[in-house]
Amino acid sequence: MTNKPLIAAKGLSVHYALRGNLIGPKPYVGAVENVDIDIAPGSFFGLVGESGSGKTTLGRAMLRAAPISRGDVVFDDGEVSYSLKGLGKKELKDYRKRAQLIFQDPYAALSPRMTVRDIIAEPLEVMGLTKNRAETDERVREIAAKCRLNVEHLRRFPHAFSGGQRQRISIARALVSGPKFIVADESVAALDVSIQADVLNLLKAIQQDMGLTFLFISHDLSVVAHVCDHVAVMYLGRIVETAPTRTLFSGPSHPYTKALLSAIPSLDPDDRGKAQKLEGEIPSPTNPPPGCKFQTRCPVAIDRCRVEEPTLEAAGVEHKVACHRWQELAD
Amino acid sequence: MSRLIDVENLTLQFDTDEGRITAVDNVSFSLEAGEVMGLVGESGSGKSVTAKSLMKLNPGNAVYGPDSKITLQLDDGPVDVLSLKTDREMKIVRGGAISLIFQEPMASFAPAISIGSQMVEQLLIHTNFSKAQAKEVSIEMLDRVGISDPSTRFGQYAFELSGGMRQRAMIAMALSTKPKLLIADEPTTALDVTIQAQVIDLMKDLVSEFGMGIIFITHDLGVIAQTADKVAVMYLGRLVEQGTVRDVIRKPAHPYTRGLLAALPTLDDIDAPLTPIPGDIPSPLERPSGCVYHTRCQEVIGPRCAAQVPAFHNVDADHFAACHLYDPKEGTT
Repeated sequence: MTNKPLIAAKGLSVHYALRGNLIGPKPYVGAVENVDIDIAPGSFFGLVGESGSGKTTLGRAMLRAAPISRGDVVFDDGEVSYSLKGLGKKELKDYRKRAQLIFQDPYAALSPRMTVRDIIAEPLEVMGLTKNRAETDERVREIAAKCRLNVEHLRRFPHAFSGGQRQRISIARALVSGPKFIVADESVAALDVSIQADVLNLLKAIQQDMGLTFLFISHDLSVVAHVCDHVAVMYLGRIVETAPTRTLFSGPSHPYTKALLSAIPSLDPDDRGKAQKLEGEIPSPTNPPPGCKFQTRCPVAIDRCRVEEPTLEAAGVEHKVACHRWQELAD
Repeated sequence: MSRLIDVENLTLQFDTDEGRITAVDNVSFSLEAGEVMGLVGESGSGKSVTAKSLMKLNPGNAVYGPDSKITLQLDDGPVDVLSLKTDREMKIVRGGAISLIFQEPMASFAPAISIGSQMVEQLLIHTNFSKAQAKEVSIEMLDRVGISDPSTRFGQYAFELSGGMRQRAMIAMALSTKPKLLIADEPTTALDVTIQAQVIDLMKDLVSEFGMGIIFITHDLGVIAQTADKVAVMYLGRLVEQGTVRDVIRKPAHPYTRGLLAALPTLDDIDAPLTPIPGDIPSPLERPSGCVYHTRCQEVIGPRCAAQVPAFHNVDADHFAACHLYDPKEGTT
């Protein structure tokens, strides 16, 4: 089945200008470089990477909340089709209805001066999606119920709520405009373990219930493994590997993915120190190494890796990897 | 092994505008030299406050319970930590016998003073080194924790170092006075997994080299499984379970510990459903009566749970749980 993607990045780059000299080429940071991803409608797409890998910037570029320097993002939900790079003001406003963001920190994302009802209703009012207050209230109540908030909660202010409840309020606000595509950026990272599971289950239930498409950005591979059906791994602004979740976790091909997986502390106390450890740290994106961006930390890098940058190539069904040596290392 | 620290009936309350809040409620544990204890709990469990009590580092509105006692065994004999009053006396403990590593290394270094000066300063306070010796020792420690080019780093400021480097420098600083006890409060939480793995390895090496005791505070049970010898689990200021790392993680006895493990996504079985613990952590202003966990517990056995504070019962040798399920008088199998 050739499933047309709901949203796709095509050769997408996001550059931020740096202060440079008057002469010579303008220096820049390549936060995202030449990224291609297809996100099928109804999928729960995971994006993982360490800090500085560009995963948040990529998520924002897909919402047109970060500048698109090269390439494009194409959104097509069957009703409208947008090319995000050249989006006009009116179309952009319409796109905001269809694509929403859930933030990481539920303590910072909610205004302390607004009631929960007003917080959830704000997108409706700003976008002019409802005709009158009664209709707004109905929509708010409906979406609040989906996020397991009751009517009693709507009258209160955010400070009266715990982290998990606040995150449910943020989710309700993101959903109220009836979006098709949601970017959830580290949406459970600030929550305690016992609450995190609850919010993850809620996101998953809502996604299935409302037929939404999620881009789930996280640094936590175990969380991604549990909720996502497709995963892309980023390193220094590039996608290094992308595959269906099961494939990626059972048979990672890129040395970076392997190292990431083995760095997760095992719950088995007798399984200590067996992990394959990565040396060093992620290089600065202002001064990326030549060739493969991972060569400075890669345990299996060869001379070719230091000069030639690998491109994503097919390694299996929907499985792509950007490594010169993945094939010989697989045996 | 020799006993390093004994904490007995530690109770700690804070006077606030909204009333007296209980942060730690009758907590007892002990630690031997060279032992690593993991202190696990979610936000508001009182794990950080407990650890800070060992250095009497809590703010002025902290009130310690009358039966609370913390005894630190030093070479010159035992020290009763809670009876220390003046800053001079406190120096023996703070930064001397006990060092603390915080979660956020950016916040724990002074931004306008070089890393080196900060390391030298504390060595001058706690040791008899001359300035030149202190510098030498500091550079040696930076080298020891795997910081490349340590003499250059010595003159740099915290903002010039990456997150992982800063945490290494923090560890170097904490260990340069050769403390007997190291308290590490979420030392790897702000770090990426690959860097976390490096820091955990480093800490393990240092324990075996220096033979100190470590209290490792974290919410991450995976980190605990990789580092600790024994584990204490806290919930709302109470210790709910204590035992060896194998017992607590493989055979969790307290319903809260079981709940935590069931809520934790692991890579061993990615199809396993995540089971959240129902409800939210209660506010410290509304502490539940009886067992503090009974409002969320899936294994409540009767009105007793809401009425009576459970005592610590033996589950196994060296494995305890504060739960009525294990009361021999309860008559369950």
